[in-house]
Amino acid sequence: MKKTALLIIAVLGILLLRAAEDLPFWGDPQSPASVHLSDYYLEESYEETSVPNIVTSVLADYRGYDTMFETVVIFCAGITVLIVLRRTHRRRAKVISPRPERPGADIILQTAARLLVPMMQLFALYVVAHGHHSPGGGFQGGVILGSSLILLALSYDIQMALHRFKEKLVLLFSAGGVLLYAAIGLACLFLGRNFLAYGAWAALLGISEPEAHSHGMLGVEIGVAITVLCIMFSLYIDLASGGDLDEGL
Amino acid sequence: MEDLLAYIISRYNYWAAIILLLIGLYGMIAKNNLLKKVIGMTIFQAAIILFYVSIGDKRGATIPILAHGHDGAHQAVEAAAYANPLPHVLMLTAIVVGVSTLGVALAILQKIYRVHGTIEEDEILETIDQ
Amino acid sequence: MSLEQHAIIIILAPLVGSLLISLFGGLHRRLSYLLLVACLGISFASTIATLRLVAARAAIGPLHYYLGDWPPPYGIELVIDPLNALVLTMIAGISLLVAIYSKEMARRDNPDRLHHYYTLFALLVAGLLGITASGDVFNIYVLTEISALASYALLARGRGFAYYATFKYIIMGTIGASLYLLGVGYLYIKTGTLNIAELPTFINSSGLVDSVSIRVAFILIMVGLWIKMAFFPLHGWLPNAYTRAATTTSCLVAPLMTKVSVYVMIRVMLGVFTLPYIYHVMGWNRAVVWLASLAIVAGSIGALAQTNIKRMLTYIIVAEVGYMVGGAWLGNAAGLTGAIYHIVSDGLMTACLFMAVGAITYKTGDSSLEAMRGVFRRMPVTAALFVVGALAMIGIPPTCGFFSKWYLIQGGLVAGHYGFVGALLLSSLINAVLFFRLFEIGYYAPFDTEGTPPRGHGTTVVDEAPFSMLMPLLISAVMIIVVGLSTSRIVSGLIQYSLPAGL
Repeated sequence: MKKTALLIIAVLGILLLRAAEDLPFWGDPQSPASVHLSDYYLEESYEETSVPNIVTSVLADYRGYDTMFETVVIFCAGITVLIVLRRTHRRRAKVISPRPERPGADIILQTAARLLVPMMQLFALYVVAHGHHSPGGGFQGGVILGSSLILLALSYDIQMALHRFKEKLVLLFSAGGVLLYAAIGLACLFLGRNFLAYGAWAALLGISEPEAHSHGMLGVEIGVAITVLCIMFSLYIDLASGGDLDEGL
Repeated sequence: MEDLLAYIISRYNYWAAIILLLIGLYGMIAKNNLLKKVIGMTIFQAAIILFYVSIGDKRGATIPILAHGHDGAHQAVEAAAYANPLPHVLMLTAIVVGVSTLGVALAILQKIYRVHGTIEEDEILETIDQ
Repeated sequence: MSLEQHAIIIILAPLVGSLLISLFGGLHRRLSYLLLVACLGISFASTIATLRLVAARAAIGPLHYYLGDWPPPYGIELVIDPLNALVLTMIAGISLLVAIYSKEMARRDNPDRLHHYYTLFALLVAGLLGITASGDVFNIYVLTEISALASYALLARGRGFAYYATFKYIIMGTIGASLYLLGVGYLYIKTGTLNIAELPTFINSSGLVDSVSIRVAFILIMVGLWIKMAFFPLHGWLPNAYTRAATTTSCLVAPLMTKVSVYVMIRVMLGVFTLPYIYHVMGWNRAVVWLASLAIVAGSIGALAQTNIKRMLTYIIVAEVGYMVGGAWLGNAAGLTGAIYHIVSDGLMTACLFMAVGAITYKTGDSSLEAMRGVFRRMPVTAALFVVGALAMIGIPPTCGFFSKWYLIQGGLVAGHYGFVGALLLSSLINAVLFFRLFEIGYYAPFDTEGTPPRGHGTTVVDEAPFSMLMPLLISAVMIIVVGLSTSRIVSGLIQYSLPAGL
């Protein structure tokens, strides 16, 4: 096996290094990748979408279809881990791996976590809402929100975190976030435009088309954040407890 | 000597990505421990992400967030001043895919451990043959 | 809503359906099944509408659907031409049939979390439909990963060592998808675009046609796709993963996953790199056709060695992938027509055979050759439909299997590639041996009620499968013959327009 592996990586390595000779210099401003689409996005995007963060406008608008499926990928992973690992009471009887004894609750850790969690969540909301103007957006904000819950689960235990955010709700919201995204796109379809053409909202909301794009993006980013929050938490609790959702790590 | 240095500097981003990629691929194929295969997989994916992100760079350019005032005043954009946004967008997607695959692989790995009592590939194959 | 909106409804119906199933499927026992059938039904109706629309304007050009109203290359577009309209209809139709078929089996295999199983089922179909409709190389990657993730979960819910087999599949699938992504990266860095319609003009421009990195991009994309479609010698993961899977899963995954990868390969060959580039600049079409011939022989011999019908069928899939790759790389009109036609006909045949074997194992609880003794007499309808599928796989007229072989052999003769023709004939012969051996066991061997260990669920009487399984099986068998009989219409009305001009 090792010899085959070495052979494969040798062939691939020679191939890739040969090809790298042919690629433009690092940071070459005239490379095709940096000229063709990039210039259009940089020059036109603010006019068309009134969002100064171009990564956001490309992500949630020009390539919004990709991003919707990206959210679906996350959702799919959440359901996959759930269906593979999650054990209901009936099947829980046969636990194989013995768990290490948990040390007692650590008051310093728990107090610090209690102080940190609201800050994290507030910051996460800022990251989601301010994604149009500064680095950030639905994925980043959602991950921070999710990690605030994971911190809770780490410093107390999973039961405590689940007490704050029930598993049923987690699943409900994870599908709800994607559904929000799809619904914003579908509404455009019913307003007579193509799927995800946020401009359709302009007449309805009484704003200009670029502003409608900006609002549409905010809407889908919120949907993304909800799904990412839920799935990050769900992935953690399932993986950390082997699907039993007892105390976890 | 300076030529050599210039040559290295001009494209070492690709080399770094390629070397990481090969390390990851080797891990995925050759390692006996399934968890190490998963680690190889994440290295492999990270290498591709690095490759893409380095495409987006432009010398002397800043992050692709336009300078703008509060009143919405806005000047014509000098495209050369901002980095290429597209690779960043694509890699945000690839990162998400990577995380999802990692989660699923770890979940399956836990199940394998429960069924076979080991995550060493040769030992698993022995239990299957029996 | 104009007719063109059907293009997006095809993909959105299963997507929204899967979300609704995960939200409400837990409320009532039947609800997730009904939702699944409903959303796939809507999707199938939309594919039919799109197919008619595309066929009507076949001479004008493909249907473009701009997502978010952004014109390409700045936004993502769906491009539906006769080629993918045909594949879309096949995918939506087969997944609808399997969804109906799953009524009894999925409930038995998933006593808990049935609605999550169906959620992933719908997501898998949404991913496959999305790949087929997409006009953007990166979008194809994202959707590939959706269908891959969903299939990991579905395959892992199998029996025995399904988890280990699935893990191998995850590793191989990730390598395949990542190589594809890397190839797309090389293309992007050289051309600056991701749009399939725009790429060929860049690639065939004077500056890039000799570029090493474009060639490497082509190699990476091809190898990535070959891993995904289990093309010999990269097929190792497939038989284990598919054999261990639960019946409904293998009925869905076996006919569709590999076929969609083959479709993407043909799309990349025709749409992104164009045939002159592949045949003249790369110039290894003969080598690939030889590899395909080897794949056919290896798959067929592998099938001969199996004692489990399901496993035998998975090796036949490996051989069939060889048919399609070989046909596509022959480089002439007949070969390509055969490859495209075979995507549809092989999807139907595989679906029919897997569903029939699933119906038999539903009753006997065992899919080994030994367990088939006399079963065909006990389940005459199921057996008759299995025979139709098997005859198509062998290539007996008027089933569609005959016509795809007809075109492929013709392509091989025109190209003067007799090795490929020989491999095709050999594989037909081996298929005949395989299936006639099975017919003999199924029809003529005595069905002992005593002596053999109790079959499957002990008290279950082996008789005809339930209606919800027979009906989709019947439709797939009828479609095998209908598609076979309307070959000339399909070829002249649809496939002909998807071949590049001047071939």
